[in-house]
This record gives sequence, structure tokens and C-alpha cells, in this order.
Amino acid sequence: MRQQEKSKMTIQKSHWTSLLLITLLSALPEVTLAQELSTGNTAWILTATALVLFMTIPGLSMFYAGIVRSKNVLSILMQCFAITCLVSILWLVYLYSLAFGEGNIWIGDLSKAFMAGVGKDALAGDIPETVFSMFQLTFAIITPALIVGAFAERMKFSSMLLFSAIWVTLVYAPVTHWVWSDNGWLKNMGLLDFAGGTVVHITAGVSALVAAIVIGKRHGFPQTAMPPHNLTMTIGGAGMLWVGWFGFNAGSALAANGDAGMAMMVTHISAAAGAMAWMVMEWIRYGKPSVLGIVTGMVAGLGTITPASGFVGPAGALLIGLTAGVVCFGATNFLKRALKIDDSLDVFPVHGVGGILGTIAVGIFASTELGIFSGQGFAKGVSSMGQQLGIQFVGVISILIYTAVITFIILKVIDMVIGLRVSKEEEIEGLDIALHEERGYII
Amino acid sequence: MKMVTAIIKPFKLDDVREALSEIGVQGITVTEVKGFGRQKGHTELYRGAEYVVDFLPKVKIEAAVSEDDLDKVIDAITKSANTNKIGDGKIFVSALEQTIRIRTGETGREAL
Repeated sequence: MRQQEKSKMTIQKSHWTSLLLITLLSALPEVTLAQELSTGNTAWILTATALVLFMTIPGLSMFYAGIVRSKNVLSILMQCFAITCLVSILWLVYLYSLAFGEGNIWIGDLSKAFMAGVGKDALAGDIPETVFSMFQLTFAIITPALIVGAFAERMKFSSMLLFSAIWVTLVYAPVTHWVWSDNGWLKNMGLLDFAGGTVVHITAGVSALVAAIVIGKRHGFPQTAMPPHNLTMTIGGAGMLWVGWFGFNAGSALAANGDAGMAMMVTHISAAAGAMAWMVMEWIRYGKPSVLGIVTGMVAGLGTITPASGFVGPAGALLIGLTAGVVCFGATNFLKRALKIDDSLDVFPVHGVGGILGTIAVGIFASTELGIFSGQGFAKGVSSMGQQLGIQFVGVISILIYTAVITFIILKVIDMVIGLRVSKEEEIEGLDIALHEERGYII
Repeated sequence: MKMVTAIIKPFKLDDVREALSEIGVQGITVTEVKGFGRQKGHTELYRGAEYVVDFLPKVKIEAAVSEDDLDKVIDAITKSANTNKIGDGKIFVSALEQTIRIRTGETGREAL
């Protein structure tokens, strides 16, 4: 009874509050008011958070695990799973605060360490801050998980853990702060990155390239055949990535609104276009359309539309997706066949190149003056395509250089202290048995 | 007695088994094998990485037969395993010194 009365009172109270708000709003339309919680937006971001976690475990894990040889299948699944746990704990302890705490234009602070002040009623915009933090955490998880594709089948598990922990601290947290925190220098400059073309895909892609070069080729690359051991697993993982990406991009609207709807549509179109473009390129160049090709094109389309997803329109997304399929296909072939770099699961040519391409493409297709290919407009205070493109270039170049330099230093230091690679014997035996004393398949 | 060893295309196994049963062959042993002949291997391509697969999967059939049945057996396998395309396989015939049926201890032709 008492509870009922209490809730009745609360309803009445909120009723009065809204009345008051409406009066205030009509009287002073220019004044911004402290926001109230939106249950609709909260419900969608709760859902999107689950979708993005689903992208890493099991989506990306299975996508990757199918491409390695059967003796290393568990090592990949283990790396993705362990990164999920590790980053989650670091996020609570200091990482969230470092990325999104006020701090300065370069980096956050430790004011929210251990989620200090992030109580049940704390809001970020009009959703609970706990939900915002959880949503952002799932991005911090998938980014280092993407990198493991570069050093697959040869890195020590302990070194991988150490690398991931330092990397999310020194690369992911600051770059996130630059791009997405309210006082980040790139955000305030007007860089448009809706869902992580720079923060996730460029950082992961560039680090992957650096890691592949620093750690060196797998034993026997490229003479020895290293075909994927289970492409059915890869296809399953790819499908989960596509679905999860709706949470990634449409969730980045941080609201259940038109931006989210448009982000979902352009994401879907770009995935389909990227997949078809890659398939056709392969068909023309090698004579047959492959399963691994079509799903890789899908990932390229998704990675490329990520920074653009809330800013462009569906027709623009079609062009972005088609370009992604063609360019990432070319980059993958070039890296492997001409440069002979063993970025084992093609993280750089797909995510790195896609992220760069997409971030630049925003500067074009966000324009409202391209007819049917128009987008939602440039950043506040940016008046021309040239100016927006300039900002996008500054964002890409600064993040690219910062990420490459810091990643290189982290890897070199770890290599000196505990070593990066397993022994040749362990590599030939396979990491599953050598590092985990387990086999993926007992048939 | 002769030992007939045939290397055939995997998808022809059922046809060959049927043809051998029809002419009264009592038993065969089948093994999945890999190898190469004039067909050579084939190439596989994964995201631009090209691998030459040297050994192709084949099925090996072994049948111990009496000399009287040998021609019939060879004829049955040759006809049933033929696709008229490269890679149809080979038949090897070798002398077989002795056959013993484990349950009864019978030897020679009785044991076949």
C-alpha cells in the first residue's frame, strides 16, 4: 500500500515536473535544460551494448578462429575471450575514467576510477552513465581483439595479454578521448567519426600492421600452405558480426532516433555492397567467387561505413561500400603478394584501410549538396567540403602516426623483456597444445 | 590368387562396390588415401594467398580374388570407375601367396 502511494506520488511529481518543463521550454526556447532520463534511448543502448559484445564473443572469435589452422583454433578463441575479461576489469579500474573523464584535451583523468560517482542515477546525456560506460566498454574490448589477427599462430599468450593491457591504456584510451570525449581536441576541431572509424578501425588496423612487421612472418610463410581450417565457422562468425554491427553503428547515435535508423540502414547497405564488390573483383581476377572473399568484403564494407554511419545517406553508403570492397581487396593482395607481410588475418588491409577510407569519405558524403548522394551535413562550424576533408585528414594522420609509434615502442619493450614469439618447435606443434595443453578437435 | 588394388575417385566408390558384388566378390577393403598422378594437384586461393595442393584425395580398394575371377574383376572396376576424365585412377595386380580365414582356419581359395 505504502509503496503504491509512494509511486503514485512520484508519478504526480514527474507530471508536475514535465508541466513545469513545458512551460519553461515554451517561454525560453533557447535555454538548454539538464536532461531527464529517456527510457526509450536507454532501452536501445542496453540492447546495442549486448549486440556489440556479441560481435567479439563469439562473432569475431569464430570469424578469426575458422581462418587459422586447426592446431591454433583454441589459441585465437582464448585470446579474444581473455581480452574481453582483461579489458573489462581495466575499464572498471581506470580505463573508463582515462577515456571519458574530464582531464584535458589529450587524456582523461582518474576522477571516475572504479566508477567513482557513476551511481545508479548518474546520467550521460539522457541515458544512465552505467549504460554509456558499458556500451563504450564493448568497443574497448573489440579493438584489441581485432589486432590478434595480425600475430595469430605465433605470439606468446602472456605477451599478448601484456600487450593488450598496455595498448588499451596508451593508445585506445587517449585516442578515444581525442575523438569522443567532450573536451577531446579532435572532437572540438570537428572531426566526424560516428562509430569508430578512427578510434577502432584505424588504431586496430595500424597496430596490426606494426605488430605483423615487428613479430615477423609465421614459420613457412608464404611458401607453406596455411589454408583456413574451417570456413563454415568463419561464415557463422561473419554473420554474427553483421548483426552485431547494427548495435555498433546504430547504437553510436546514443539514442533511439532518426540518426540510429539511418545509421542502421547505411551500415546494412555498405556491408552488402562491400561483399558484392569483393566477390566480383575476385571473380574477375582469379576466375572464381570465393566464400572467404564475400565475407571479407562484408567486413570491409562494415568497417568503412563505421565512421560515416550517422553522417551519410543510403546512396552515399552504396558508393562507400562498393569502394571499400574494391580498395580493401586490392590492399589485401598487395600486402600479401607484393610486400609479403604476414598480417595473418588481414587486419590492416581490411580494418586499417577501410577505416582510413571511411573517415575520408565522411568529408565527402556528409555534404548536403550531392543530390541523391547527400548526407546529414558537416560538423558544426564547418562550411565547406574542403574544410571538412582537411579536418578528416588531420584526424587520420595524427591517429595513424601516434598509434604506429606507440604500438612499435610497446612491442619492442615487451620483446626485450619477455619476448613476443613462441619457440619454433611450439609454433610448429601448434599453440593449442604448446600453450594451453588442449586440442580444439578430438575426433 | 591375386591381390587387386585399385585407386579410384572417391565419388565412384558406390558404383565400384556394386559392380564387384554383382560378379560375386565376397569382400573388399577400402581406405581413404591421398596422392598424385598425371592429374597433378590443384590450386586453392584464400584472400589472394595461392596454395598448390599436391595431393588429391582418392579411395583405395583392395580385393583378394582367385585367378579365374581376375579378368572379370578388372573389367568390373574399369567400367564402373570410369568417368573418361583425367584422374580416374589405376588398378594394380600383384601375386598373393596365401589367404587364411581367421574364424575357421581355412586357407587358399576356400578362404576368399
